[in-house]
Amino acid sequence: MDDALRDLYQQTILEHGRNPHNFGRLDPHSHAAKGSNPMCGDRVEVTLMVEGDRVADIRFEGRGCAISQASASIMTDLVKGRPLAEVRALLDAFTAMATTGEMPGGGLAEDDREAIRLMSGIHAFPMRVKCATLGWRTMEAALDNQPQTTTEAQPGEQEAAR
Amino acid sequence: MSADAALKTPVAFDPLKVRAEFPILAREVYGKPLVYLDNAASAQKPEAVLEAVRRGYAEEYANVHRGLHFLSNRSTERYEAARASIATFLNAERAEEIIFTSGSTDALNLVASSWAEPRIKAGDEIVLTILEHHSNIVPWHYLRERHGAVLKWAPIHDDGSLDVEAFEKLLTDRSKLVAITHMSNALGTILPAKDLIAMAHARGIPVLLDGSQGAVHLRPDVRDLDVDFYAITGHKLYGPSGVGALYAKREHLDAMRPYRGGGEMIREVTTETVTYADPPHRFEAGTPPIVQAIGLGAALDWMMALDWPAAQAHEADLIAYAHDRFREFNWLHPLGTTAEKGAILSFTMDGAHPHDVSTFIDRQGVAVRAGHHCAQPLMDRYDVPATTRASFALYNTRDDVDRLMDALLKCRELFA
Repeated sequence: MDDALRDLYQQTILEHGRNPHNFGRLDPHSHAAKGSNPMCGDRVEVTLMVEGDRVADIRFEGRGCAISQASASIMTDLVKGRPLAEVRALLDAFTAMATTGEMPGGGLAEDDREAIRLMSGIHAFPMRVKCATLGWRTMEAALDNQPQTTTEAQPGEQEAAR
Repeated sequence: MSADAALKTPVAFDPLKVRAEFPILAREVYGKPLVYLDNAASAQKPEAVLEAVRRGYAEEYANVHRGLHFLSNRSTERYEAARASIATFLNAERAEEIIFTSGSTDALNLVASSWAEPRIKAGDEIVLTILEHHSNIVPWHYLRERHGAVLKWAPIHDDGSLDVEAFEKLLTDRSKLVAITHMSNALGTILPAKDLIAMAHARGIPVLLDGSQGAVHLRPDVRDLDVDFYAITGHKLYGPSGVGALYAKREHLDAMRPYRGGGEMIREVTTETVTYADPPHRFEAGTPPIVQAIGLGAALDWMMALDWPAAQAHEADLIAYAHDRFREFNWLHPLGTTAEKGAILSFTMDGAHPHDVSTFIDRQGVAVRAGHHCAQPLMDRYDVPATTRASFALYNTRDDVDRLMDALLKCRELFA
């Protein structure tokens, strides 16, 4: 197996892919969105319970590749119990990591950086970046009160549509 | 000659010789020899096509049907000769029954726009199968959205074969057109087109066949099929992308309104009125994909020079061998196992999503397609989001199948 594949399919990722955390639907919930990747047909639904300015709980369900499942699973672990401002910072950091392979500077705790760094291998596979971002984009849409999103929507488009 | 040699069947079709005609197949990817099994998406090109395209631009290029100069005449001759090659390939009665398009998507849209749209009223039905590619679905959805057409979907059996009885029941006096694939791009299923066409014609319903795959593997004979419309695309037929063709019976072409408006498709234009050229030019507005068309002609000439029964036997051997190898492993699940299928093998794998399979085996040099194959209704039928698809061409060998299996076994080790 070559290095790029080994970076992409790290054991932790494979384990999250096989047994995703926080899998299912949260009911009741305060926010929900369905996301799809029209290129491949993968679909995911993210449900959240936001209490005050904090994500009290989050779940996701759907089916997709190991990358999309693992990424969404890691996301739910990361954001559960966190203030919304931190969730947004994680989202930005993750997006930067998935598309460039670089960790953006400043602001994040080392534990967060380590979790996000798990996905650093994806940028070597441009066709797969959208698999990794599907769950995150869907969470973003839910928090923005957008019931539907796709990986084809540009960041900012959701605001424009609102 | 020894008695032993005399007993052997002469080598009528040598896949290794054919393979040597495709320069790209000699290259490596990620330091490994390329195993190209994404032919249903697009096939590679033989030297004969590359040379026709090179000559088309380097020696004989000008616009067609316009200039009165040497190169324009030459270019026009080549372009029209390509049309004649398509007619010969499909066994059309006349070259005028062949319309150049940008591909089969364009050909299908042409039929929807020029033939069907003026004839469709609310409640009229168009009969499709659940096997269709989106290119033979969306143009009919347009007619549903815009004119109230009703789409009727013929189901398949679990083995991927068409439920012919159910198909026949869908044919009623409300049916205005049957628009179906000749061979499924996602499963490889070959439809009993001649029988289906006879059923439709017995009720006065015209039939359009999407030949995007069928033309590649089945050497269709449009007169024997008695099909009304047949769509093909160049890039899957070992020719260039950006060009395809629609065969239509002359009686339909004469009765069809123009498609796109522009140069070349007119007889006369004034400030008050316009009259249109006869078919086929009525449907070919603007400068066509000239050299691509010439390249497609070269590709079909190349195919027609092959010992076709032997070539078909080779493809049949490849798909049978691939299915045999797949049966060795209970974690591989082919979709579409009917005996009536061409050289396409769609499958799912326990524990690994098709995208992961595709990404992984790509790094072993094996190119396949993963996804819904532009056939989402079919994926829904099988309740899978996607499959991995290995699709074969004349230049593939049993060795390619073995390389695929080796790569899948390695993939299994990672994901199991």
